[in-house]
Amino acid sequence: MDQRNQFHRQVALMRQSLFDQGYIDEQFVQLEELQDDTNPNFVEEVVTLYYRDSARLIVSIEQALDKSPLDFNKLDSLMHQFKGSSSSIGARKVKAECTQFREYCKAENGEGCMRTFQQMKKEYATLKKRLEAYFQLARQAGPSQAASRPK
Amino acid sequence: MARRGTALRAQRKARRARKKIEGCNSKRAPGSKEVHVLAVDDSLVDRKVIERLLKISSCKVTAVDSGRRALQLLGMDEQSGHADSDGLKVDLIITDYYMPGMTGFELLKKIKESSSLREIPVVVMSSENTLARVDRCLEGGAEEFIVKPVKLSDVKRLRSYTNREVRNHCRRIHKRKHQEFHQEDPQPPTLPPSDPLIPASVAASS
Repeated sequence: MDQRNQFHRQVALMRQSLFDQGYIDEQFVQLEELQDDTNPNFVEEVVTLYYRDSARLIVSIEQALDKSPLDFNKLDSLMHQFKGSSSSIGARKVKAECTQFREYCKAENGEGCMRTFQQMKKEYATLKKRLEAYFQLARQAGPSQAASRPK
Repeated sequence: MARRGTALRAQRKARRARKKIEGCNSKRAPGSKEVHVLAVDDSLVDRKVIERLLKISSCKVTAVDSGRRALQLLGMDEQSGHADSDGLKVDLIITDYYMPGMTGFELLKKIKESSSLREIPVVVMSSENTLARVDRCLEGGAEEFIVKPVKLSDVKRLRSYTNREVRNHCRRIHKRKHQEFHQEDPQPPTLPPSDPLIPASVAASS
């Protein structure tokens, strides 16, 4: 197997494990479908935008969690936005934590919110590392049929 | 003689209408009109995705981050609620429901209340698909309620709303023409089921 094929195989394996381990879901595939020769890095662009944009939401949630008493409506509203973006990129584990967080907001359970938020940040950071590694390898491997929309 | 002239005029009008319908197809004749969609979403990520989804579906896209901005672009004056003719011409509006300031539902209402904008089909997107919300939007005049995250198949379906508007427009023209000049003709034109994009009158004349 030549070098290029090796790379492509590694990329495919990395991609598969992201799905198998539940980090990403079907929506990620939807984004991949939007990639083609004119927009070969679309998925990476969207993910980069997500991490940049959601960082400010995380700060806002942190600030809101610092307040006393907690404003659960505000927390829920912020998390609704965050969950929306996470869902749009197919961030499955992150999205699950967001859902849990919103349940705690409804129940007005501050401790639950804080615990879940910490867990969410872990998943968020892990996903970022995994996706960065994946995109880097994909770029090294160069364009492949799998990465592009079927013609 | 008069009848033939009328038939010719009807044919010409049908040809123009067909060009308009063809403009909605992805395989466009050069120079014909693209479907122009106005996308409204406060989320930067979602705007990027919906923009790409629409472009891939051969639509021209204008994406804005609020209902207010959308109305401004459409030429609507906030005070009077009246839209002037200088506003952006769009074939479809797709809007997120949950937005700060003006919600998608409020935007929908404002558009449907405007005499100049109400004909524009509006589609609402939301991550929450409670029956109450869906009903509210459909009753408010939305063509459809799409659950987020939006997929390519959702967007491909949307094109049919713009086509339908043009089809209905053609139906109205031909029905009127038939009523005016062929009063003994009982049957208004209907679309052949095999090709929903070409009106019967065009198919008949070609």
